[in-house]
Amino acid sequence: MANGIRDRVALVGMGCTRFGERWSDDADALMVEAFDEAIADAGVDVTDIDAAWLGVGFDTQNIGPSGIPLSMALRLPNIAVTKVENYCASGTESFRGAVYAVASGACDIALAMGVEKLKDTGYGGLPVRTRGVSYDMFNVTGSAPGYFAQLAGAYCARHDADPSELKRAMAHVSVKSHANGARNPKAHLRKPITVEQVLNAPMIAEPLGLFDCCGVSDGAACAIVTTPEIARSLGKRDLVTVKALQVSMSNGWELQGSGWDGSYFHTTRVAARKAYAEAGIEDPRRQLSLMEVHDCFSVTELVTMEDLGVSPEGGAIRDVLDGFFDAEGSLPCQIDGGLKCFGHPIGASGLRMIYENYLQLLGRAGERQRGVPPSLALSHNLGGMPNQNVSAVAIVGLHKA
Amino acid sequence: MIGIRAAGAYVPRLRLQRSSIAAAHAWFAPGLKALSGGERAMANWDEDAITMAVEAARDALHGRERDLVRKVILASTSHPFQDRLNAGVVKEALNLPDGVAALDIGGSQRAGTSALLEALESARAFDGDVLLLGAEKRRTQPGSELELTHGDAAAAFVIGQDELAAEFVGGHSLTIDFVDHFRSEGQDFDYVWESRWLREEGYAKIAPRALKEALARHGLAGADVSRFIMAAPQKGAAAMIAGAAGISASAVADDLAQQMGGAGAIQPLILLARALEDADAGELITVVGFGQGCDVLFFRATGSSAVAGLGVSGWLARRTPEANYVRYLTLAGHLAIDRGMRAEFDQKTPLAALYRNRKAVMGLVGGRCAKTGVVQFPKTAISVAQNARAQDTQEDYPLADRLARIVTHTADGLTYSPDPPCYYGAIEFEGGGRLTVEYADVEPGRIEVGAPVRMMFRVRAHDETRGFIKYFWKAVPDYRAAIPATLAAE
Repeated sequence: MANGIRDRVALVGMGCTRFGERWSDDADALMVEAFDEAIADAGVDVTDIDAAWLGVGFDTQNIGPSGIPLSMALRLPNIAVTKVENYCASGTESFRGAVYAVASGACDIALAMGVEKLKDTGYGGLPVRTRGVSYDMFNVTGSAPGYFAQLAGAYCARHDADPSELKRAMAHVSVKSHANGARNPKAHLRKPITVEQVLNAPMIAEPLGLFDCCGVSDGAACAIVTTPEIARSLGKRDLVTVKALQVSMSNGWELQGSGWDGSYFHTTRVAARKAYAEAGIEDPRRQLSLMEVHDCFSVTELVTMEDLGVSPEGGAIRDVLDGFFDAEGSLPCQIDGGLKCFGHPIGASGLRMIYENYLQLLGRAGERQRGVPPSLALSHNLGGMPNQNVSAVAIVGLHKA
Repeated sequence: MIGIRAAGAYVPRLRLQRSSIAAAHAWFAPGLKALSGGERAMANWDEDAITMAVEAARDALHGRERDLVRKVILASTSHPFQDRLNAGVVKEALNLPDGVAALDIGGSQRAGTSALLEALESARAFDGDVLLLGAEKRRTQPGSELELTHGDAAAAFVIGQDELAAEFVGGHSLTIDFVDHFRSEGQDFDYVWESRWLREEGYAKIAPRALKEALARHGLAGADVSRFIMAAPQKGAAAMIAGAAGISASAVADDLAQQMGGAGAIQPLILLARALEDADAGELITVVGFGQGCDVLFFRATGSSAVAGLGVSGWLARRTPEANYVRYLTLAGHLAIDRGMRAEFDQKTPLAALYRNRKAVMGLVGGRCAKTGVVQFPKTAISVAQNARAQDTQEDYPLADRLARIVTHTADGLTYSPDPPCYYGAIEFEGGGRLTVEYADVEPGRIEVGAPVRMMFRVRAHDETRGFIKYFWKAVPDYRAAIPATLAAE
């Protein structure tokens, strides 16, 4: 394996819109809002940006093809814009493009934007769409909650877990994220909830009730990256650098082969292993300070704790119920509310996670700032369904940490 | 000698309670109360004459060599397609070789018996079997008598020349344009004339004449008939006709009206398949089909078993009562409820893609790596096997008749389904091969990790914009669960 890009790229500016039902705003307005914050943070001029990457998940309900919508919205100076799409991991994918461009030396300063305008569909939940001619013929269209709900039964079967105990742990995941989201002014959902509310909520796809599902939101998030040297020359003292950036794709084994039992994410395990190697992390449970994971559903967050090697196999229920991942716990997960409450504008989510980690590392997270100063933060951005997906793991940290 | 080598059937699991139909219409048509006893078989939204014919065919072919089939005939007055060979869809679903003839027969309530005569004629000309199928899912007008008396079902026979369960003794037909009801192109429902006229001028005159002529033609007497099969939806009509031809009342077969209703043109085939479950050697079975004339067929049972699958009785025993008339109306397409925007998803089928993938989509044929033995669905150029990369090594591997077990499952209340919630998940076949499928005919406690399921050919979606029907396979709880899995998995 290549040596990776540890500490070769620094984040100098980040921005994120308020997530939510932004009825009055087009995707253009959301991108401008995120960009304004990022460029002011970076202290560079738009003409300093060499290239840009744009991540969007849902084309048809959105901005349409190509990178042109970003170029037009920001009136970029005719630089290259690469549009990327990797399901819900599109945000981290756009980040990867910008970071690799800087790491390679092809660009001094690069921009990553993720955006999604979901609330123009007329109904709740994610839009229904084709997944290609072949997939549509051989598989079930289904919904996201329908696919992710399957983790629960499979997890209980694998670990001989009590379904009601799993359901309680899932409820704890959501209650924790609502408590965190309540302290985040940019979050979509800001009301604390109780375990009883979660357990008694209407069923969406058994055993996922309403509060086991994340918000579907409009929003955008943006990152400006450069080399640590240029960052210093811009007057940045505390530097946040990329420690690892790994993406793993399903190749059809989970969907068509034999052996996967449906209770975990094969790709997350692969991406995490590679990311820890790239970042030089041997014991993620102790070494990581913070985590933002792809909690599209409560059960996803729970099993991801094991896939990331933070909880032992079959131990996530106990860790969750022990408060290990609470804001005041040993390793906070979704201290900003996560997809669950910050919201989930598909293309923006991966960058939103990195945005939160960046703020926390720099001590700029306001009311929700972690008391113990964090030094190493992981984000996990998942696209697709448990049986066929993209897992992206990004680890950022204080330079020299 | 020509005759029936094997018989099978299919009856949908749902049984609509007639009392619920009559109760719903009592304000408008209180007279329907007279027909409110018992239940009728009710195809779900994802079942039609094609899917039911496929299941009946699989039932009849259970444990048999399919390569002997030379011709497929599908009789129905409710063929889903007017111009696309319905029997051709069945052929693909059964994964029969391309070298078979196929034919749709319809047009009257006698289509079932006329198709049976046609199949017997064909079998004389072929060195092989004729697969005769009959399936009926009639659109019955809400509030009509037919809504109560009809039942959806299918029957199947393997017709051939040796190892017969029933020898064909002979037949006789009358053709008379007696129109007691009709349905023209573009019409949703039958237009029905007075039932007393049908009884007195039709059943009481045309059928006995045909029967007497048939007996005389083949040197038989009414007293020789040990089983008399006629599916007249009017109570007592079959016994009256039998009596007029000198056939004993005790020979008149139960028309199954109470358990499933009458499946129109193919009900005589259902009753014949039922009779062949327990007919003793030497029994003379008479089958009558009535509609714009009359068909009469005589069979002599050999005492060999015709039914290796579930048969009519087995499928009738697999039942779930349905008392929600509004649910029936909705599933049958009579009530346009607000289905939500998710139902707007475009179901257009790329016909070129369907054609090139037809073995996988229609026949559920996967691939098996000739080197490693790894099974997968669908077949691909490069094997899915981890650590055993092989290219262009996969051979056709049919999966439809293999037992599978549930790996994951869900009951999805968000995605659009005509019959929510939508149950689906991953299954793995015994011997390998994995598929994410919808679960149909879901029963409490039978959708769980490790539970056995079997495949059924069903409607995946209706493309309402273009009038096309998408078929694919779904998994249903193992309906042969009582049989040891090793025996049932051939």
